[in-house]
Formats: sequence, C-alpha cells, structure tokens
Amino acid sequence: MSDPLAGLYQELILDHSKRRVGDGPMENPDAEKFERNPSCGDEITVRIRVNEAGTGLDALTWEGTGCSISMASASVLSELVAHESFEDITPRIDAFRTMLRSRGADAGDEDLLGDGIAFAGVSKYVMRVKCAMLSWVALEACLEDIEKRTIG
Amino acid sequence: MTPTRSSLGPLSSTDIQAIRSDFPLLSSDAMSSVAYLDSAATAQRPQQVLNAERQYLETINASAHRSAHWLAGESTMAFEDARETVARFFGVEAEEIAWQAGATDALNTIAGGFALASEAWASADSDIFRLAPGDEILITEAEHHANLVPWQQLALRTGATLKWVAINENGTYSVDDVRAALTPRTRVFAFTHISNVTGFVAPVEELVALAHSVGALVVLDACQSAPHRPLNFRELDVDFAVLSAHKMLGPTGVGVLFGKEQLLKRLPPAKTGGSMISLVSMQESTFLPPPQRFEAGTQPISQVVAFAEAIRYLEGVGMDRIESHETELGQRLASGVSVISGVRLVGPPAGEHRAGLVSVDVQGVHAHDVGQFLDAQGIAVRVGHHCTQPLHRALGLAATVRASTYLYTTTDEVDHFIAELANVRAYFGVKS
Repeated sequence: MSDPLAGLYQELILDHSKRRVGDGPMENPDAEKFERNPSCGDEITVRIRVNEAGTGLDALTWEGTGCSISMASASVLSELVAHESFEDITPRIDAFRTMLRSRGADAGDEDLLGDGIAFAGVSKYVMRVKCAMLSWVALEACLEDIEKRTIG
Repeated sequence: MTPTRSSLGPLSSTDIQAIRSDFPLLSSDAMSSVAYLDSAATAQRPQQVLNAERQYLETINASAHRSAHWLAGESTMAFEDARETVARFFGVEAEEIAWQAGATDALNTIAGGFALASEAWASADSDIFRLAPGDEILITEAEHHANLVPWQQLALRTGATLKWVAINENGTYSVDDVRAALTPRTRVFAFTHISNVTGFVAPVEELVALAHSVGALVVLDACQSAPHRPLNFRELDVDFAVLSAHKMLGPTGVGVLFGKEQLLKRLPPAKTGGSMISLVSMQESTFLPPPQRFEAGTQPISQVVAFAEAIRYLEGVGMDRIESHETELGQRLASGVSVISGVRLVGPPAGEHRAGLVSVDVQGVHAHDVGQFLDAQGIAVRVGHHCTQPLHRALGLAATVRASTYLYTTTDEVDHFIAELANVRAYFGVKS
C-alpha cells in the first residue's frame, strides 16, 4: 500500500528529526533568537557564533521541542550553514522560503539547499510551512542582529 | 428528514444517517471518506440553516431597527423573532439576550463593562461591577484563552487581583477547590461549563451557589455545552453566559451574551455607536435599554436568522437525545484510546462523567505529526493547545490531539479514529 504521507514525511526528514544535528547548548553565543509557533506550541532557540574574520558562521546550535518537521528542519539547517559565509547563507534561506511557499511548484535547488529539498513536499501542506520555517526564521533574526551590530 | 420529539428514544444509526443527509458538506464527494471529528472547533451546518440564510437574503434583506419601509419591518421582525427563539431555547427572556460577534466578543463585552464601571467617573448605578485593588476575579486554570485573557486585562485595568483554581493531573478540579479559592473579596467567578480539551463537565449549580454565597457574580462559558445538551440559564442561576452560534450548526460571526435583566441594565456598554443610543448631542449620549445597548452598529442579521433555524433544527432532534448520543461516543472514545500503548488520555478517565470529546498525548510523537498522519487516513482532528496554554503547561504538555463529536458523528467514525491512533507510533518509528 502506498503511503499518502510519503511526500511529506520523507525518510530523510524522519531521519533528521531523530539525528537532530546541531541540537545542544552554546556558551556565549554572538546571537541568540527564540521562535515559537503559537498554533502548536513548537519552540526553538537558535544560537550562532561568528568566525574570527567576521565573514560567516563558526557554529550554529539549536534547542527546542516540536514536531518532526520543525526538528528535522533545524537539523538540516545546522548541517547546511554552520560553517558558511554570510554571503552564502542568505540565498539559502531565501531559496528555502521560496520553495516552502510554492505550494508544491518549486522542487528546490539542491546546490543551495542540500538535504533541504526533502522539505519540498511540505509546501503542499500549508498548515505545516511554519513548522519547517521556524529555525530558519530564528537564524534570519540572529543574522539581522549581527548586521545591526556591525553597522552600528 | 423531519425529526420529531415524539420519536424519542436514543438516536439510532438510521436516525444518524438521516441527520447526516441534511448536511451537504458531510455528504459531499470530498468528505465521503473523511471522518469529521472537529466539531468542538466548528460544527457543520445543515441545509435548513443554509436555506434560512439564503431565503432571508432573497426575500427580506434590509437593515433592522432603522428604516421605515416595509422591508426593514420584515427584517426587524425576523431579527427579533430569532432572539425570541434563542431566548426560549435557553429558558430566558428575549431582553436578556444580546447578539455579539462570538463568545470571545461577548466575554470582552462583560469584562469591558466591568472595566468601565470601575472608572472614577462611572455612575453609582453600575457599582455592582466596580472593581478596585483588593477585589478578586476568579477563573480556573482550565479556561480557554477567551475566558482568561479578557480577565487578565481587566485586572490590569482595575488593579483587582486575578486568581485561579488550579487543575489536578487530570486537568480537572473539585467543588472543594473552588470553595477554597472563593473569598469575600471575590467579585466575579468565570468558568467554562465543559472544557474544550478535557471534556470535564463542571458542576455548575453547586459552583453558582458557592459563588453567590460570597456575593460573586457568575459568568458561564457555555461554548462547549450549549450545542450538546439541554441548557436552561434561569435554572442554573448563572448571572451571565456566553456561546458561539457556529459551534451549534449556525453561522460564524454570531455569539450570544446572556445576562440577567437587572444586571444587563447596569452593565456599561463597552462598544458604542449607532443603533445603541437613545439621545445624542455633541456633548453626551444616552443609551437604549438592553439588549440593543450592547448591539452597536449594523448586526449580522442574516446570520442571526440562520442561527434561529439551527436552534429549531436542534430542538427537532432533541437536545436530550443529542446529549445521550454524544455521551456514549465520548465514553467509547475515552475507553478506546485508554487501552492504546503510549497514548495518554487527558481529562476524566473513561467511565467518569465526561463530554463527547477526547484529547490525547501520543508519547514520542508531536501532536502535529499525529494530526497529519490521521489526516492522511481520512480523519479530521484538532491538534495544538486548543487555546488553553496554561492547561497544557500544567499537564506538562505542549500540545494534544483532540477528537470531538456532534449529533452527526457515527460510532464507525469514532472507531476509525481509535484504530488509526493505535498505528501512529509505529509509523513514526517510536519503540513501544
């Protein structure tokens, strides 16, 4: 019997929801943001450390509770950008958001999103898009903080 | 179908099928393989209700209580007839029923009235609602946010203290808990009749007597009881009660504020404007008597008319029969989920008095994922905190999965839910 949810719960997503790459605390982060999804109570805190050159990330960790989609998405995010330059991170966040808002039309750019394209199926479930975006939105807010401080 | 009170006795499966055939959405192709178990969020509407709204719009649509033309007269009569119908249904007078946008709106009208009465300039006539530092507002930890946040805001605005009856590990509380929380300074006690999460049925009459014994006013959130069982506000002796039409086969955008006549007369109107005034000068205004005093602006007339039709439909089936049917389904749900390994039933255990709904926590699987899995199996349930964050926090849960029933719910649908709930943990690879 075919699984009607196979498009949503890709093996990779279920796997990441258990592996939880990047799940853990961080001492003295350079930025830290908390996001919650009020409709289901999912919560996540994303913390980042900026590299010495100030050009990108040295580390990204997260802690939270939530559904498999939100947890897997944070895991994929951590794997994807923990050591990336700011220049490279922003297009990835944009591509992830565009894919998730496409209602199934955008399969995602694997070069930019890596395992993140497994979430393309989520875009057809409009109630779940926020779950997948949660950690990415938190990272975006962290980056805004860093940018403000650099400019300031 | 033409259900009649004379055909009393339990709702048979034939009766349920006849009822279902009245609901276009339930008989649609898209829903043919879907069990709708989310009626506590919003109920489906029968053809009779849809027709009533359409018929009003096609034959007598006009602004009520305004123009002098015949159409306006027809509209005003239909609007006021609807009020009579609803008042009779709840055993009270039409003057005690004010239309609101929903139960949330109605609760804000009550709390807002308290706030206005607490202002230094407020008339002594409304002193029964005047709150000051030291006064206490009592609610319970099981309240829906709609019966919590307005009271928090009222406490902030008046300096009164918000107190609450804590819930136990079942999400319920006892009459003794309420007795212990009430003090001579308790001015108002607001609580829900039936919890939208636990299905706990509050012993209203006992609680009302207790509250009245310390001089507190009682506000009853009847959102989850009014649609599902016979209810008489006069007999319950509550001072105020609120409910939403869309949870009882009626339209969205309409709610009921019941208030005892002598209280509504003294409650300051939190919303003002057209149609609620008597005399307006550039300096000041006087207000119409209740219920119009609480109905500023053009009202949702076609929806109100349709709501009255929903009431007639429910009366036709019989509220006592609906209550029996749902009580049976509620027990079937509670006992069914209780035997599934890794599933925790929230609320009174099976066998105890509870309403026709269950909320569960599936160990190791987030409620959102459970809901998604059930959705794929053709089962529509509610997932999340159901607008009761403090209740969930007290139970150590972030979110739960809720299945709720109504007069059109079948035992097959309930069994389907229980059977699929048992498959959730295996699907997500959670070890038993």
